[in-house]
Amino acid sequence: MRHFSVTVEHCKPVSLTDDPIFMTLRNNGVPPALECRGLSKAYGAGRVLLASLDFSLDPGEFVAIMGDSGVGKSTLLNLIAGLDQADSGEVLIDGTSISSLDDNAATRLRRQKLGFVFQAFHVLPHLTLMQNVALPLLLNNTPPARALDLLEAVGLGGRGDDFPRQLSGGELQRVAIARALVHRPTLILADEPTGNLDPETAHEVLSLFRAEIKANGAAAIMVTHSMAAAASADRILILSEHGLHAGQPARSAGERQ
Amino acid sequence: MSGLETEPSRRFAGGRLLARWLLGAEWRSHPARAIVAIATIALGVALGYAVQLINSAAFNEFSAASKSLSGEADLQVRGAQPTFDENWYPRLATTPGVALASPVLDLDVTVPGQTAALKVLGIDVFRASRITPELIGVPSVQRPLDTLSDDAIFLSPAAQQWLHAAPGDHVAMLSGTSIIRFRVAGGLVRTRPGQRVAVMDIAAAQWRFGLVGKLSRIDLQLQRGVDRERFKRELQDRLGSQLVVAETRDDENRTDRLSRAYRINMNVLALVALFTGAFLVFSTQALAVVRRRAQFAMLRVLGYTRGQLLRQILMEGALLGVLGSMLGLAVGYALSSIALRFFGSDLGGGYFPGVQPHVSFEPVASALFLALGIGVSVLGSLVPALEAARARPAAALKAGSEEGALARLATPWPAVICLAVAAILALLPPLFDIPILGYLAVALLLIGGIALMPRCTAIVFTALSRWHAKRRTRAVTTLALARLANAPGQASIAMSGVLSSFALIVAMAIMVASFRVSVDEWLTHLLSADLYVRVAANGDTASLSPGEQMTIAATPGIGRAAFTRTSHLTLDPARPAVALLARDIDAADPGAAMQMTGPVLPPSALKDGETPIWVSEAMVDLYRYKLGQRLKLSIGTHGGTFVVAGVWRDYVRQTGAIQLRLADYRRLTGDTGATDAAVTVDRGASVEGVIASLRKLPFGAAMEFAEPGDIRARTLTIFDRSFAVTYLLEAVAIVIGLFGVAATFSAQTLARAREFGMLRHVGVTRHQVLAILAAEAGMLTALGIAVGFILGWAISLILVFVVNPQSFHWSMSMHIPWHVVSTVALVMLISSCATAVVAGRKAVSLDAVRAVKEDW
Repeated sequence: MRHFSVTVEHCKPVSLTDDPIFMTLRNNGVPPALECRGLSKAYGAGRVLLASLDFSLDPGEFVAIMGDSGVGKSTLLNLIAGLDQADSGEVLIDGTSISSLDDNAATRLRRQKLGFVFQAFHVLPHLTLMQNVALPLLLNNTPPARALDLLEAVGLGGRGDDFPRQLSGGELQRVAIARALVHRPTLILADEPTGNLDPETAHEVLSLFRAEIKANGAAAIMVTHSMAAAASADRILILSEHGLHAGQPARSAGERQ
Repeated sequence: MSGLETEPSRRFAGGRLLARWLLGAEWRSHPARAIVAIATIALGVALGYAVQLINSAAFNEFSAASKSLSGEADLQVRGAQPTFDENWYPRLATTPGVALASPVLDLDVTVPGQTAALKVLGIDVFRASRITPELIGVPSVQRPLDTLSDDAIFLSPAAQQWLHAAPGDHVAMLSGTSIIRFRVAGGLVRTRPGQRVAVMDIAAAQWRFGLVGKLSRIDLQLQRGVDRERFKRELQDRLGSQLVVAETRDDENRTDRLSRAYRINMNVLALVALFTGAFLVFSTQALAVVRRRAQFAMLRVLGYTRGQLLRQILMEGALLGVLGSMLGLAVGYALSSIALRFFGSDLGGGYFPGVQPHVSFEPVASALFLALGIGVSVLGSLVPALEAARARPAAALKAGSEEGALARLATPWPAVICLAVAAILALLPPLFDIPILGYLAVALLLIGGIALMPRCTAIVFTALSRWHAKRRTRAVTTLALARLANAPGQASIAMSGVLSSFALIVAMAIMVASFRVSVDEWLTHLLSADLYVRVAANGDTASLSPGEQMTIAATPGIGRAAFTRTSHLTLDPARPAVALLARDIDAADPGAAMQMTGPVLPPSALKDGETPIWVSEAMVDLYRYKLGQRLKLSIGTHGGTFVVAGVWRDYVRQTGAIQLRLADYRRLTGDTGATDAAVTVDRGASVEGVIASLRKLPFGAAMEFAEPGDIRARTLTIFDRSFAVTYLLEAVAIVIGLFGVAATFSAQTLARAREFGMLRHVGVTRHQVLAILAAEAGMLTALGIAVGFILGWAISLILVFVVNPQSFHWSMSMHIPWHVVSTVALVMLISSCATAVVAGRKAVSLDAVRAVKEDW
């Protein structure tokens, strides 16, 4: 297993941010975009992946989660998205407990509140770019017109009728980012969004990703192995067998402004 | 999105639009697969619908023609035997409650030079004009009394056309061995198109055909207010068993029963193509679901519910079904029109002679076949759809999880349950005289067998793989075996097409071969004489008098002439009449004259005054006759007690036949005529010489001669002709099966382009990749053929020992046509390997770098 080399501040609590903006929101009664309470998950013969994880994310906050392979980063994302069941604990999205919902209700919550960006892009090959981006809108019974705006925003304006096979990897990930944001979700979950991209394209995509989530007011969690990618987040959390801990702050509050 | 619920004011049917996009995308990306699935469903529906339309048109027309002969009669009184004494007529005419009685002599008259008989009705024109007004002759203005004339006959337009006789011409008919001539006096008021019927005065008919004082039936019209059912019951009680009281609807029942088994078997056979098509839809949909597994998972992640996904896949399947069925209905209608126009209406079965049916749109049948096509398609999509909906999105998003999609297919229990239920159903009796449960058993056997394949594939190829690993092996074989052993689900889907079509082919081939060989053996047993003489090749009116029989027996060169009298016996007015064959039978050794199916009753078991009869297998099924059973039959005027002395096999008369000794028949009926003779030629005399001598007899022109070899060859030709449609439908099933093999292998091979790209990266040559594909296809098809043979053999057991006896009421012995089975197996093996290689060439033609890079 590859050892992770980021400095870990073991003693620093990660449950709440002390950013003045988020403090203001909290004080105004706005619920966290995401709150995980005592989240635990074990696999197979008692192999504990996540143990009593407490963690929250405020609206508009962009967090990168890093950690060794197999430590449970993707499992954490799956639990947050309601795609997997925690052994114990609870996940609240925008104040609603996704853990307590049945599959259909969790799916409806997911389609309204969450956006996803995958390492492998996962765009449907036989739908046009506009159709791919419009998927979340249609799932929410909303007219697809905004899809073109988002394509424009990610630099693919005028290419709505193109098919994914005509795009490069970086362009495909831009489509995925547009799709993740098009329905104005509360929270974006990104799993290694730059894992398949070269450093230059990865940098462009991350800049765009950050700009767009900030422009749309969404909170975001990005799981990554890349320090460079993590640096684009507001803060970095390290997931290890000891739990979730704060890493080096990626940017200062001033930079985040 | 600000809230969980969408506001009603901006409600937009996004789900429907998304469903259309997804469907359009799938069909755009793989149009060939959609077209093949649609074509398969269309072909299955077209064949089934065409057969249904043809049978239905022929049956309806035949029924209507039969019914038109009864006219407005409330009841008909018929003899148990073909004719009865006319003294019954005044008694019935004066029975309280009867408004009108019309006597009829209904004859199937032998026409020289024709292969079929002509129906001649002798009527009392004054009475018949009120009951069967359409069947009254229309004389010319110059000869208005022709309707009563003894030399005049009126022919329907179809009969005139058939006999090439116009009004004023003369037509010849056979009475005994004499040719009698009638003047065509005109046409009839109205008959159905194609209906061949002649009408003449009843007294003239009785006289000219030697049936003075005889009637076939009396049509009755009841007075108003008479309870028909009660009247019928009471009249039947009064008349006893010599006469039977029937209603006109019994005609329809008789026609229905006569042809029902044939029609149903044809329909089922036609549906085999649709059934095979269902497996093709299943494999197409299953592979499409496997291929789109990650896409579906992504949709689920984005918020597509399980229900939406399930509906989407089922809707895609249903749409294939709708398009295929609609196309199938159109093609079926066209096919049936063409078939009726060019090949006639009986599809080789010979059940509906002398009618000219026209295809008409049948709403119920159309709806049924539309529903069948859609149902089959939805059913084929159900398992893949359920699997896709059940899949866990997070796991399904990962590449390489395809085999996991098919893991459930390996559960053997549904298959075991199907096989067990099939075994039970095969043992149950028919429903409504139809082997419905037998057919259901066949379907379940096929489904169960196919459902068992993933487990079977895994076991066989894992064992083979382990055995192979212990040896010094080639990479090609190792890779091929590894995939088959470790991805049995995908392999089994490919095999379902091979398995279903091969199993059905084997089953049908065994059934037809068993039937043919059994008929051949039966003929060999039956045709023990040197020459067969027949005076009434068709119809009831020709027969040999005792003097003529003696003349034949005394002809030089003839050692022995055994005569037969063929007649009919009505046991149930709602069932077709039973054939009555009177011939020389040694009661101590009936097996010498007929093929017995079990033990026989020795003559010593008979009491004084009892007459032995030997009944065909159909009598056991239809009338529940048993060996040793004592019963009363209306043979002759006094009847008597008859004892079932044995059961024999009869492949000619599926509605039942009874044989008795000629001497007994003559003693009971006083009828000394004969219709056939089996001639044994003296040693040293030639058959040709005997025929020449017989032709020189005064009545020689009325006789037809056939040698056993000719009869055998002619019978087997008729057999093959009647199975021609079967062969055609079987061929269609083969083609659909091969389509399935091609479509499945192509889809799987192209879906593995990335795998092949990787293999090319690590140094596997294109040639080796193709060799891997050929090896996989070869081994898989070989297993499919082996299992398909076992399954087909099991299905053939049901067809031979359950469906056939329940349909046609005859048994047969089992014969496997090894040459046909092995030829088809070889063709399937070669075509499977060729398909895999052809599809593989396309897959390996992709750039290896691009292939591994492509995510989808």
